[in-house]
Amino acid sequence: MEKTQRRIFVGNYSELPKKLGKTVIIGDQEVAVFKLASGDIRAIENRCPHKGGVLAEGMVSGDHVFCPMHDWKISMVDGKAQAPDEGCVQTYTTEVTEDQVYVLMEK
Amino acid sequence: MPKQKLLLIGNGMAGIRAIEEVLKLKPNQFEITVFGSEPYPNYNRIQLSKVLQGDTDVSDITLNEWQWYEDNNIRLYPGETVINIDKTKQVVSTDKGREEPYDKLIIATGSNAFILPLPGADKEGVTGFRDIKDCEKMIDYSKKHKKAAVIGAGLLGLEAARGLLNLGMEVDVIHINDYLMDRQLDEPAGRLLQKELEEQGMNFLLNKQTAEITGEEKVSGLRFNDGEEIDADLIVMAVGIKPNVALAMENGIKVNRGIIVNDYMETETPNIFAVGECVEHQEMVYGLVAPLYEQGQALAKQLCGVPCDGYKGTVVSTQLKVSGVDVFSTGKIDEDKNTKSIKVFDEWNGTYKKLIVEDGKLAGAVLFGDTKDGTRLLSLIKKAADVEEYLNANESEQSGASLVAEMPYDELICGCNGVSKGTIVDAINSKGLKSLEEVKGCTNASRSCGTCKSLVSDLLEYTLGDDYNENQKVSVCGCTTLSRDEVIEEIKEKGLTHTREVMNVLGWSNEEGCSKCKPALNYYLGMLNPTDYEDEKESRYVNERLHANIQKDGTFSVIPRMYGGVTNAVDLRKIADAADKYDVGMIKLTGGQRINLLGVKKQDLPDMWADLGMKSGHAYQKGLRTVKTCVGSEFCRFGTQDSTGMGIKLEKKFEGISGPHKLKMAVSACPRNCAEGGIKDVGIVGLDGVWELHVGGNGGTELRQGDLLCKVKTEDEVMEWVGAYLQYYRETGNYLERTSSWVDRLGIDHVKEILAVKETRDELNERMDIALSAIQEPWSEVINNEETLRELYEKVNVTSTSK
Repeated sequence: MEKTQRRIFVGNYSELPKKLGKTVIIGDQEVAVFKLASGDIRAIENRCPHKGGVLAEGMVSGDHVFCPMHDWKISMVDGKAQAPDEGCVQTYTTEVTEDQVYVLMEK
Repeated sequence: MPKQKLLLIGNGMAGIRAIEEVLKLKPNQFEITVFGSEPYPNYNRIQLSKVLQGDTDVSDITLNEWQWYEDNNIRLYPGETVINIDKTKQVVSTDKGREEPYDKLIIATGSNAFILPLPGADKEGVTGFRDIKDCEKMIDYSKKHKKAAVIGAGLLGLEAARGLLNLGMEVDVIHINDYLMDRQLDEPAGRLLQKELEEQGMNFLLNKQTAEITGEEKVSGLRFNDGEEIDADLIVMAVGIKPNVALAMENGIKVNRGIIVNDYMETETPNIFAVGECVEHQEMVYGLVAPLYEQGQALAKQLCGVPCDGYKGTVVSTQLKVSGVDVFSTGKIDEDKNTKSIKVFDEWNGTYKKLIVEDGKLAGAVLFGDTKDGTRLLSLIKKAADVEEYLNANESEQSGASLVAEMPYDELICGCNGVSKGTIVDAINSKGLKSLEEVKGCTNASRSCGTCKSLVSDLLEYTLGDDYNENQKVSVCGCTTLSRDEVIEEIKEKGLTHTREVMNVLGWSNEEGCSKCKPALNYYLGMLNPTDYEDEKESRYVNERLHANIQKDGTFSVIPRMYGGVTNAVDLRKIADAADKYDVGMIKLTGGQRINLLGVKKQDLPDMWADLGMKSGHAYQKGLRTVKTCVGSEFCRFGTQDSTGMGIKLEKKFEGISGPHKLKMAVSACPRNCAEGGIKDVGIVGLDGVWELHVGGNGGTELRQGDLLCKVKTEDEVMEWVGAYLQYYRETGNYLERTSSWVDRLGIDHVKEILAVKETRDELNERMDIALSAIQEPWSEVINNEETLRELYEKVNVTSTSK
């Protein structure tokens, strides 16, 4: 099934802090955008599946972020909470063109 | 083959527990549907008293979030009640007109609060204490009214009464018998409990039978059989529960006190099962949690066709969840001509222990004041052990391994998370676990309240045998096998300067570390090299990164520095103006005598600091928080020393210093110790001509009274000793180890010995001064740094229309 996607500009690549998250408010959704140690950009829903903790403030390790509220470990690749915890957050595809970072969201 | 339809009536602990067990055994066998009358996901009813007592939110006691139902493909109809069961067609229908067929049906309708049929029981202001609605009603009443009466001094009644006290109400507890919790305790224990609770502010009316609830539409009080009357605006009935069997009864399912089930939780109607507080098994009806787990397991096995012996009944135990009171009871309570008992009554310390022995076997126990032995006794009583076994074990202090060895495989070890012995042993064997931390991570056992820690250690010892090392080296975290000391040695020896470098060179299994080792390494590197180390923002917990405390909704709280707890009108005005301007949610005084501004948005923090123009209270910091003081000689008629001045001096000198964990200090000026220095990391008590220094106290999760470190004469000596002491802790403490555990680990005598040497104190103070010299005030640093402002405090707002 074809889905239309919106490209949303969320900031300049060079201005995003490394190994930290950034809160981006898109309409009524909050997205946490991370620049990893590798330089890759990841975007996930800014809500831990446990109690809604703001993941953008979490500590980053590789492709994972630790929720600042109760230390759940969430994969930024597939959005899944790591065992023994269970749950999943929405992940978004990102694109970097020149110095511009975009998050792709379904229409 | 199409999936069988499994239908559950009742979205409570028992039913959902059974479903969880089914999902474990046969995740794909059933299409599951759940009906629940309450509009909440499944929650932990045992913790309701904590909600009422204000320790916990409703959201914190949720056991299965909405997501859990979705993830397991369970259809849930909350707030919908099943009103009819058609046994022949195998279809149920609900109050919303829905009809749902089933192959297997579980009834788990629980129980209701028993409301005494007194005249006036239908008046406004009478409630049971059973569900969230009752809880909310009581909280609501406490806002408008003063006086509450609780009928029933059993477990539930006392927990309700404690909650109402916390809500600021005056509470009378009425009991028909002459001592409290008479079903679980004997008289001496009941009396001790009464004394303790009276000290907490409860008022008891014993040997009283209520005759009538007075008032017009609303309640105004109670009248007793003896003619006496009391006033009350709220009446809580906590006289017991009764199984909720109406649905079963109306539909011709056999009921006595509860729905009658056999060992496999089958009712007498084919394909209909029942579980939990609504059932009667071998003439027993249970109102506690342990049986639910056991029944759920038996039922799940039966449903999934897994052979099992069935449910054989439960030896129940009781624990009162009221702060400051430890009560435990299990098995047989009362003595008779066939029993002998062992009693230890220590009136001085307020502890009591009674063991009931029947034919040489342990049959029951009551513990008051010291309940450490509870789990062990419960287990011995379950297997009807010889009393000698308990006594001998006590004498030889035999390890707990032999005890856990005899526990059945499905016995619960962790009551909070429902983890059984079998689950833990399997995880240890199949995943090669070696430590408590690993078991925690893999199974969730002991991840909540932690009281089962010692049992988990015993299980490790028992399962691993010789491979188990009791004094096992505690590694920094799961990313390495190295201990803190080893890591620090390596950092010094190899001259490592960055966390990434440490992880790399020392072979971390996780390239970028985790939320445990990142902040720890960041601290150790900074402690070892205070002037040159560049602090890593990304290795800091959010509170320290943003210099404000994160709250549950993602807002922050700000605590302006107020040295020694002293403020002035100018600062108060600034604080009030900032509170208005940034629409602060609540202004609250902290335990450390500071003003806390709660509910501030992240992006507002820098502006708010600029407006306040005051330093940060460092309330977020793993380091010095506050120095609490009493009024002292300046105003107090008992004050012997200038405690306020001393506190300000200490706070100004050590503000901003980091430590392995948070640090709190207090200074009092007389033995009354109004600043409560006995439970602070450093507590100083000024006496006539002398300052006493107490260290290693803690008022937190593990209450510990501080030890006397020394007595000195002058303020300068106080500064010298405190500086040396704090630096020694900074240098030798494990990250996240409070001074209380640190003093316990090293021993107070060792600390005294080290600090007794003047040269050592001087050296420590020198290193402390270097560390202090490198501290920068974080708020002004942020305000003046565009890049930090953008990177850390800005939120990006994108309008939803952008392409």
